[in-house]
Amino acid sequence: MTAARSIGGTILEVDAVSLAFGGVKALTEVSFDVREHEIRAIIGPNGAGKSSMLNVINGVYRPQRGTITFRGVPRHGVNPYDAASSGIARTFQNIALFKGMSVLDNIMTGRNLRMKASFLEQAIWIGRARREELDNRARVEAIIDFLEIQHIRRTPVGRLAYGLQKRVELARALAAEPALLLLDEPMAGMNVEEKQDMCRFILDVNAEFGTTIVLIEHDMGVVMDICDRIVVLDYGRKIGDGAADEIRGNQAVIDAYLGVAH
Amino acid sequence: MLYREAGQFKSTYLADSAIFPLRQDRIAMAVLLAIAFIVVPLTATPYLFSAILIPTLILALAAIGLNILTGYAGQLSLGSAAFMAVGAFASFNFILRVPGIPILVAFVGGGLCAAAIGIVFGLPSLRIRGFYLAVATLAAQFFIIWFLTKVGWVTNYNSSGVITAQPIVVFGYRFDAPAPKYLLVLSIVALMALAAKNMTRGNLGRKWMAIRDMDVAAEVIGIPQMKTKLLAFAVSSFYCGVAGALFAYAYLGTVEPEAYNLDLSFRILFMVIIGGAGTILGSFLGSAFIVLTPIVLNVTVGWLDASGLHVPASAGSNLEVIVFGVLIIFFLIVEPLGIARLWSIGKEKLRLWPFPH
Ligand SMILES: Nc1ncnc2c1ncn2[C@@H]1O[C@H](COP(=O)(O)OP(=O)(O)O)[C@@H](O)[C@H]1O
Ligand SMILES: [Mg+2]
Repeated sequence: MTAARSIGGTILEVDAVSLAFGGVKALTEVSFDVREHEIRAIIGPNGAGKSSMLNVINGVYRPQRGTITFRGVPRHGVNPYDAASSGIARTFQNIALFKGMSVLDNIMTGRNLRMKASFLEQAIWIGRARREELDNRARVEAIIDFLEIQHIRRTPVGRLAYGLQKRVELARALAAEPALLLLDEPMAGMNVEEKQDMCRFILDVNAEFGTTIVLIEHDMGVVMDICDRIVVLDYGRKIGDGAADEIRGNQAVIDAYLGVAH
Repeated sequence: MLYREAGQFKSTYLADSAIFPLRQDRIAMAVLLAIAFIVVPLTATPYLFSAILIPTLILALAAIGLNILTGYAGQLSLGSAAFMAVGAFASFNFILRVPGIPILVAFVGGGLCAAAIGIVFGLPSLRIRGFYLAVATLAAQFFIIWFLTKVGWVTNYNSSGVITAQPIVVFGYRFDAPAPKYLLVLSIVALMALAAKNMTRGNLGRKWMAIRDMDVAAEVIGIPQMKTKLLAFAVSSFYCGVAGALFAYAYLGTVEPEAYNLDLSFRILFMVIIGGAGTILGSFLGSAFIVLTPIVLNVTVGWLDASGLHVPASAGSNLEVIVFGVLIIFFLIVEPLGIARLWSIGKEKLRLWPFPH
């Protein structure tokens, strides 16, 4: 039930990426591609290396081997700052909001790369500093409306319920207007209603802004519903890749993952 | 119905992002400034100027500096006084060695030197944090004061170690009397407080707080950790440096390393903790509190003594230690956001009064 949108060429290419922590092989020779405007899922049992894969894509981890090509630029390892500047945003498995700040301020930080005023301009608060603050505030308000969190704008994020915190984290990532959005278990720990909301938001983001999305999710129903193609990892290796139907029929996947009772 | 926002709809983000979005707060601030700039200079006694108002303002400026670093950017520092000393001694040397330099330019120069040294001592913060960083800044405190005491050139080979500060002359006017000195200090502190408020309420402030709250997540959304942290050290030290120069020239009248000891660093840290980490207003409240408490205690002890009760002379200073100790523990445990937070809770209550639900 994916929205009507034209899936384009390859925007992200992961080529033979290997990552190890000491003796632990988190990823072994993993390759897959992500096409423009698609929603791509990464699934697999706990410890399969899904989060590590996202961390490699946006530069939190540096792989020992392999190449990540984003928008035609091949790189062997980037730092998170460069990844953010090139248009990659993400959310974390364990919510990584700025606890001491309000919802509004948290989302505003998502736009920091678009605010160019120097600290002296900001100290005097005229011209560019002031204009940027207002322009970006308007964009952030649009996202706040979009995600229906107007009522908690001023609340310190630490006081919010878990499901709302996840939504604010999505808002902060969206504020960057990324070309590629990485979501690490955006629905984990949510109740059914919150999950439905989150699904709707993910589909809307994809449909309205054309954002390419890579998401990790455990709920098979959700994955089969909203994703175009699925990568399956197990013990750091890719064991399946394709549309939902292909994955359902893949024996290796059934053995490793779907067969396991959860 | 005194303190209401009813009817004050903010129709633009400009109005909403103003420093004081509520009209009552704007009026209160205007009244406060009018009192500070007009009423006080006409009525205050020399004692009030020299012993209370001038040091409160100067130390508030230093507390703003530390607040930027610790309250906003989350980097604990025990070296604030040392950066004040750099500002004072650098200003002294600019005035001494650059003929005809305007004294305000020398103060800015002092602040810039402190900023440069602040960046150097901020470098460890890229690798270490929390307790270990605090120890590194402690090393800065001792090293800088040792340096200023041992290297004769910076004190112009003054044998006593206590140099009389050059007079403050701006456009031919000599700031000798307490009232003009107070006005000069007030103007500088007010302008710099406004600049600090502006920096902290916008993008830069959010970047600092993001680094404070979760540096990995900050980097992932494109906030460069090194640049942002070092800028916090630089701006913070600049504020401390200018405060240090004012401390020497407008308060002490002397330039001496001993005035900037670890004790002063701790007092500035207490101002931030008691006043409220992460608020500019709190820096003023904390400073007033730390300057006034010993005075109030001493006066009280004096009264008790005069009224027949025999109180040992040291009671005042001992009480001071106890009171500060208890308060620090109270604020660290119960209200980490300090008096400024108590103040805003009070306002919140007033806003709902008399119908709390
Ligand atoms: N920072 C790290 N240090 C050491 N080992 C790690 C680190 N991150 C992940 N791992 C290991 O890598 C493997 C994959 O972890 P992860 O990517 O979090 O799996 P998943 O997200 O699929 O549950 C696990 O064995 C995990 O213990
Ligand atoms: Mg994971």
